[in-house]
Amino acid sequence: MSAAAIHDDAAMAQASSGAVVLQATGVTMRFGGLTAVNNVNLTVSEGEIVGLIGPNGAGKTTFFNCLTGMYKPTEGQVTFQGTVLPPKPRAVVQAGMARTFQNIRLFANMTALENVMVGRYCRTSAMALTSILRGPKYRHEEEATRERAKQLLDFVGLSNTAEHLARNLPYGDQRRLEIARALATDPKLILLDEPTAGMNPKETEQAKELIFRIRDLGLAVVVIEHDMRFIFSLCDRVLCLVRGETLVEGSPVEVQRDPRVIEAYIGTPDEDEVDDEAAKEEHS
Amino acid sequence: MSTQLRRSPDPKASVDSAAPSMQWWLVLAGTVLLIAGSFLSWSFTPAILGNVTITGLPAPLQIFTIVIGVLGLFLLLLRMGRFHHISTLLDSARGLRALGVTATAYLVLVVLVIALQAPGLANADPGVFVCLVGAGLMVAGSLRMPSDPTVDPISVHLPSWAEILVIVALMALVLFGAAYALGQEDGTVFSLFLLFLSGVVVALQRAGLFGWIGVIAARNRRVITLGAFVVAFLFPLTQDGSDANMSIATQVLIFATTALGLNIVVGLAGLLDLGYIAFLGAGAYVSAMMSHSAFANIGWKPPFLVVVLIAATVSSVLGLIIGSPTLRVSGDYLAIVTLAFGEIFRLTVNNLDGNNGPDLTNGPNGIPGVPELEFGSFKFGDTHEIFGITLGRFANYYFLLLVVAALIITIFTRLNNSRIGRGWIAIREDEKAAEAMGVNVFGLKLFAFAGGAFLAGMAGSIKAHQDVSVTPDQYIFLESAFLLAAIVLGGMGTVAGVLVGATVLKLLPEKLRFVADYRLLTFGLLLVLMMRFRPEGLVPSGRRALEFHEDDERLAAKVEESHIEKVTPTGGRT
Repeated sequence: MSAAAIHDDAAMAQASSGAVVLQATGVTMRFGGLTAVNNVNLTVSEGEIVGLIGPNGAGKTTFFNCLTGMYKPTEGQVTFQGTVLPPKPRAVVQAGMARTFQNIRLFANMTALENVMVGRYCRTSAMALTSILRGPKYRHEEEATRERAKQLLDFVGLSNTAEHLARNLPYGDQRRLEIARALATDPKLILLDEPTAGMNPKETEQAKELIFRIRDLGLAVVVIEHDMRFIFSLCDRVLCLVRGETLVEGSPVEVQRDPRVIEAYIGTPDEDEVDDEAAKEEHS
Repeated sequence: MSTQLRRSPDPKASVDSAAPSMQWWLVLAGTVLLIAGSFLSWSFTPAILGNVTITGLPAPLQIFTIVIGVLGLFLLLLRMGRFHHISTLLDSARGLRALGVTATAYLVLVVLVIALQAPGLANADPGVFVCLVGAGLMVAGSLRMPSDPTVDPISVHLPSWAEILVIVALMALVLFGAAYALGQEDGTVFSLFLLFLSGVVVALQRAGLFGWIGVIAARNRRVITLGAFVVAFLFPLTQDGSDANMSIATQVLIFATTALGLNIVVGLAGLLDLGYIAFLGAGAYVSAMMSHSAFANIGWKPPFLVVVLIAATVSSVLGLIIGSPTLRVSGDYLAIVTLAFGEIFRLTVNNLDGNNGPDLTNGPNGIPGVPELEFGSFKFGDTHEIFGITLGRFANYYFLLLVVAALIITIFTRLNNSRIGRGWIAIREDEKAAEAMGVNVFGLKLFAFAGGAFLAGMAGSIKAHQDVSVTPDQYIFLESAFLLAAIVLGGMGTVAGVLVGATVLKLLPEKLRFVADYRLLTFGLLLVLMMRFRPEGLVPSGRRALEFHEDDERLAAKVEESHIEKVTPTGGRT
């Protein structure tokens, strides 16, 4: 686990020096009577990897959606590099925050390269007339877009499958392609929603290594994951959500040792039934 | 269907290279009978079917069966193992089967026509029955024939001159066929020609020829575009001043041009627009109102090019007004709103007659007497002579429209193949994800909508002059529906598809009384059949076909393969 050791040192160095990138304060999301996310705070600094864990239905993805403008939080605000973000996905991406999806949402009938090139959309400017007239400036921009997309595919290790359709890629490659597409938007912060779901141990290891390399580019990373070994060996800080509320926040070691986390995942024998009933009520 | 990979399970089982089998001889006998019978007289009555009474001198209808016979002989030779280069490409058994069925159906129809029009079966000569027996033998023989193993056409490389030669030959055939079809006055002969044509096309497609031609076409895209335009430009020269056919051709071209604009909205951006004809109408009305017509109610008469710009701008502003509130919501709302917009447009121009508002459009009477266009000293109403060939009024407009069509095709392909085009595809694939990746979903939709309206306005401004008058009943919902039908039939998101669809939809009613009388019924049936068997259209783009067949893995592999072929340097990237 030399990678982990190196990363620990780096984390120590960066955690103290990095400027705050994202600050979410008091984010609350209610759907009718259901409070999916309740008063959650999150601060992410440059070059930091933050993990977000919690049992199913804890509100992790909803929290992500609030951060990325897919949902407008009922209360609270999200500040990115000192400015309050409007709840519009496009503005969020423009500001420098990109995401991947829990259930892969690639453009299935486009090639891998084209998928990444779509990610470049918000950093390029060719409009109708330039596209039709095809002047030197347009061609230069297209070439640059293509070049950058190829670099990114290379970065995530998909250079050989650039011209393959996204839907024909193996599952693990699709996950990596989604990351490449998100990176193409030149983000300062990347949010990964279960990046290793459905992966085998070897692929998980590769994914971890990829996330470290992304961090080394100077990006901040927020990861949702269920794989505890993965998250505790990856993150600088871990936030555990349970029923929409922050249960614990701290270093991986602290969170790992916290009995409440174990309880939240597995439940205590006595409260088991009560918990289940409460959960049922909440869902109905 | 043609796009599927075919690999016979047991490659050694089939080709009768060494000793021709029983079936082979049967089919051979069939083709020989078919050809021989075509040289005989088919009927006693010279008045029907373009005179098929003369023995030894085949009429066009008989030449068709000879063509089928010759194609059959060719495929039989392939089965013998001749022309090794091509025989690996084509599955002759499937081709022969389709040819046999086509010939049989064709001849049965001929016999029926003789029996009905002559009238009486007694008017049929032995020749036609000889042919019928031959066709029957072809079917019987080919039914049991095992399929040939074929290789994937992508792996076959001919010298580039040979590929270009194939394209040129194909273009010449298209030009010749179009001229012939348009020249047919007799509806029966025209239908039989169509049957023959579609039968041969299906047979060659079954045999796998079209897969190969598709690969060649993809490799030589420029040649094929250039060739298509040369053919289109040469077409009026084949008509020698015949206004009847040129009028139809001009109609087809206007229809196709408008459909191309609509295809940007429907095919590229994936928006369903049911009121597109209103944008064409807006352009036409603006153009008519600013023309020198005695009934035009606007005093300002700028030069035509300015009028075109104004007409297009007015249309696109209308597009913006309709689009900006509705494009924010997803799904069917847009279809409903555009449908209503089409009606609003029709009712408005019907009522702006001075009684219910400003006198702009003369109400239901429209604006008649829109003068012919003039560019400098070139008057579009005059007849011109080039190389001793007379080019009439319609030919002049035809050429102008061809230029406009070329412009729109350029815009279409370049947009499709740019940052904006990628954005459109992303929106079609997954709107939420596109938005989350920074694509300006609303802006791109609005642009497609207003841009499509702009092009329609442009086409409309020419249509006003070509039609001489502009009336509200030219721009009704039905026309929008036909435009959409042309796209669905031809293929969403492709230029060639729309051209094919527009031609079919405009040409059939002109040439066939039956289709003209039961236009809605036939087109409705046609669309239902298309939806069932080929929802992506006759000439779909690979990506569009994939969108309609989400779980067709073989198709996905195929599309990917041809894409990789296209972008790798060895494949002759254009």
